[in-house]
Amino acid sequence: MSQALTFRYEIDGDDFTRAGEASSSMKNKLKQLGLDSDVIRKVAIAMYEGEINMVIHADGGKITVTVSDTEITMVLSDTGPGIPDVEKAMQEGYSTARAEVRSLGFGAGMGLPNMKKYTDEMQIDTTVGRGTTITMKVYI
Amino acid sequence: MRLKTILKLPGFRALVKGDPDREISRIFCCDLLSIAMSKAPADGVWVTVMGNRNTLAVASLTDTACIVLAEGMSLDDGTLEKAGSEGIAVLSTDLPVFDAALKIYQAGAP
Repeated sequence: MSQALTFRYEIDGDDFTRAGEASSSMKNKLKQLGLDSDVIRKVAIAMYEGEINMVIHADGGKITVTVSDTEITMVLSDTGPGIPDVEKAMQEGYSTARAEVRSLGFGAGMGLPNMKKYTDEMQIDTTVGRGTTITMKVYI
Repeated sequence: MRLKTILKLPGFRALVKGDPDREISRIFCCDLLSIAMSKAPADGVWVTVMGNRNTLAVASLTDTACIVLAEGMSLDDGTLEKAGSEGIAVLSTDLPVFDAALKIYQAGAP
C-alpha cells in the first residue's frame, strides 16, 4: 500500500463487557491487509490493553490507528483523570483499578507494561484532571 | 492433537464446537486476563475459571483455539454465539483447573 490507511474508533466508557471490540475489529482488518501474524499480535495486545485502560479509568476515549508501509501507529486519547505518577504506573503489578474490575480478571498492573513490551515506541502525554494521550508504534 | 480429541473427553461439555480439525499448539492455564493477553499461545487450549465476555475477547485477540471453563463455569448465550462466529471452541467442566489441564494433556496434547 502506498498511501497510509487510517482507522478511527470511539470507545464507550460505560460498557465494560464490550471493551475489546475495537481491538478485535482492528485485528481483523490487519489480517485482511495480510500483515505478519507477529505484528498483528503485538498491535492487538497493545491496543486491547489501552482500550481496557480507557474503559476502566477514563470513561472511554478515541483510538486512531494509521497503517503505513513501514509501521502501525496507534494514538489513544481520553479526557479522563490523567496519570499522576507515570513511572509508578509503568511498574508491573501497580494498579489503581476497582475491585469490581479486578474480579473480572483485570487490574493486575500489567496494562501499561504490556503496551510498552509489545510496541517498538511508546509515548505517554498526560495531565492530571485533563486526560491522557498514548502514542504507540509497531514497526512492520 | 486436533481439537476433536478434546471435544470428546468425558467430563467436558462442548458449549461451542469450533473447528474440530484445528491443530492444537499447547495447553495454557491462567485466570488473569492481562497475563493471558500477553502469554496465551496461538492455537492453544486455555483453561480458566474466568467466564465473562472479556475472556472471549482475549481468546480472540490471542488466536486461542479453545477455551476450557473449569469449576463448572460458563459463558452467557450471547458470548457463546460470538465464540461460534469467531470459530473458537468453548468447553465447560466441573473439574478444577489443574485436573482439567491434566486430562487434556493425558489425552495427547503436545
